[in-house]
Amino acid sequence: MTAQATPARAACPGCIAAPAEPARPVPEDVQIALALPGIHCSACIATVERALNAHPGVEDARVNLTLKRAMIKAAPDTRATDLIPVLERAGFEAHELDPGALSATQTDKAGRDLLMRLAVAGFASMNVMLLSVSVWSGATDATRDMFHWISAAIALPAIAFSAQPFFANAWSALRVRRLNMDVPIVLAILLALITSLWETALSGEHAYFDAALTLTFFLLAGRYLDYRTRAAARSAAEELTALEVPRAIRLTDGAEEEVAVASLSVGDLILVRPGGRMPVDGEIISGQSELDRSLLTGETLPVFAEAGLSVSAGEVNLTGPLTVRATAVGEDTSLHRMADLVAIAESGRSRYTSLADKAAKLYAPGVHILSALSFLGWYIYSGDIRTALNIAAAVLIITCPCALGLAVPAVTTAASGRLFRNGMLIKHATALERLAEVDTVVFDKTGTLTSGTPELTDLGDHSRSDLEIALALAEASSHPLSLALSMAVREAGIKPAALRDIVEVPGYGTEGFYRDQRVRLGRAVWVGGEDGEQTAAWLAIGSRPPLRFTFTDSLRAGAAEAIAAFRATGKEVILISGDTQGAVRALAAKLGIENWIAQALPQDKAAKVQELSDQGRHVLMVGDGLNDTAALAAAHVSISPASALDAARVASDIVLLGNDLSPIAEACDTAVKATRRIRENFRIATVYNVIAVPLAVAGLATPLIAALAMSTSSITVSLNALRLR
Amino acid sequence: MEVLAYLIPISLLLGGVGLVAFIYTVRSNQYEDPEGDARRILSDQWDDRPKP
Repeated sequence: MTAQATPARAACPGCIAAPAEPARPVPEDVQIALALPGIHCSACIATVERALNAHPGVEDARVNLTLKRAMIKAAPDTRATDLIPVLERAGFEAHELDPGALSATQTDKAGRDLLMRLAVAGFASMNVMLLSVSVWSGATDATRDMFHWISAAIALPAIAFSAQPFFANAWSALRVRRLNMDVPIVLAILLALITSLWETALSGEHAYFDAALTLTFFLLAGRYLDYRTRAAARSAAEELTALEVPRAIRLTDGAEEEVAVASLSVGDLILVRPGGRMPVDGEIISGQSELDRSLLTGETLPVFAEAGLSVSAGEVNLTGPLTVRATAVGEDTSLHRMADLVAIAESGRSRYTSLADKAAKLYAPGVHILSALSFLGWYIYSGDIRTALNIAAAVLIITCPCALGLAVPAVTTAASGRLFRNGMLIKHATALERLAEVDTVVFDKTGTLTSGTPELTDLGDHSRSDLEIALALAEASSHPLSLALSMAVREAGIKPAALRDIVEVPGYGTEGFYRDQRVRLGRAVWVGGEDGEQTAAWLAIGSRPPLRFTFTDSLRAGAAEAIAAFRATGKEVILISGDTQGAVRALAAKLGIENWIAQALPQDKAAKVQELSDQGRHVLMVGDGLNDTAALAAAHVSISPASALDAARVASDIVLLGNDLSPIAEACDTAVKATRRIRENFRIATVYNVIAVPLAVAGLATPLIAALAMSTSSITVSLNALRLR
Repeated sequence: MEVLAYLIPISLLLGGVGLVAFIYTVRSNQYEDPEGDARRILSDQWDDRPKP
């Protein structure tokens, strides 16, 4: 401590303890959020927290198993990219989440608001039910009146608070002269309260305060379940950090300056470092490198880049620094033009009406007509407006869609929960219903069926000494093919040869000297080989003819299983890729896909999907690249992996969180089951109505019958939904 | 029937206490991670002393 180092200045011993150090501004801690699709048990929680807390920059890490995410408080200079490898070593897959977007969901006001209303309705209905049970079991005269008045005192304020979401929805529908599910609900609640108050004032026998409250409670429960499922999926999907670069390096008079991509303009010179993504469309001014275009076009083979080549936003620079002159920025870039294709295709999908909407369309007018008819009938028959109104209210309460309101959300919550545990996020409300109808599955190749990383295929064809040299050269470069080569050779237990003067020539390969012989590993043209259909790197040793190392894109885990499962259920599988004929043919043969299309442009993919849809097929599109976005949006339902580009994830209905593809086939199965349960639930609700409504119309319904019908039907549909878990 | 004069307020009070307790648990974020909390209780990590 500074104070102890200068004790001479302290006049008294007490002053030694005083802080002599000037107060420095303490940099604020950063919040990092990571998505952990693979965690599932208490051991996982402990391992992840221990691994994270052992990292020097981390102050506190806490895992949330429900959301499969870790919240980390860390020292200011800690980055998520430092923590992801830590978790990978511990055996967990991790993705960064945007903490800015996250804060919006943490203070989840709408959800809490609904939960409070649900709680108030629940507790109020319990108390009122207690009083109602006493009335049903025989309380009479003054006691019954008092119980009714107490019930009214509880029910009126409770409903005024709890049922607000229904009032608001019904009002907004009525204002534009439409009917929705909330209009009959509100009418039933209000009519029940009015007739009950009237009856109570006249010391009548029947009051429906308990019915009005339980109705509100069950419907709020349905609303809350629905909200929870969608909020969890929506927030997690939005939080996956965008892969597009938010910042770029601009060169102004030779000086480097880091600026936001949005502030770039046409004509700016931009430096793109190896590993960086192109922020704009442009032309290369200087530098040599290779470009990975797989996310835009689906090509796996890196493209050689030198001055004069045009580049598009979204391409990845692999080996050498490049200076690019911007020709199109922001919304004019090819990246954004593809996003526009999505917007056009998207408008087609909103035409899908969900099962719930279909039911509501039949239901709302039906209920109103039935209730109005029973009012009229009884008024004409008895001439007593009080009897007629009582019966009309009883009809509305009994037909009221408690079970209908729960039928869909209970099932979708159970199904989404099950899919989430398998690593899938349902983003769209009707995605499950659409997934259940799928009969054709279209896959993209690069990055979807394959992992997008190359794998050496002909290790056994080369001699040990050649491999030693190749390894030494490969380890000097971070090119994807070099990395794949060195990994495969290292795994075979081979050590690198001793080379000298190793240099990487950006865009071409690496070069060195082995016992006075020049050795080169790199592109065919540079080394002296011939370009073929397959992805290859060439090795030249002195004057010997060059050797070829061939690569294939490694298959994503679970791809074969997913395709086998789709075939087993009789769905047609189609492979459409932007990659070359050879590469696509090889993969299709490996997976046993007969129907494949290679060298497809983004428009071709979307057109093919559209063509299939026009034939009346329901297409599931699985893709990750920008070239897939239009097809993803045009398909009946779409899935993209978490590693996909932002635009692709936005266009898809379901996001696959893990690396494994096999849950996709299972998801289809779950979706079919879920849709079957929804239909069953509608049928159950109808059966209850068929029994109870004639009683109500005949004027035989009592509050007890209403309560029984409502509760049993709601509980049966919830239990039926739970069978899905 | 005079006993009702006590019993009804008591039942209302108990219901109110339950509601207030529930609102407290919502406000103190006790429903953020139900699945994780259910599993954490099985871990012996902080059995000997509470987490600092």
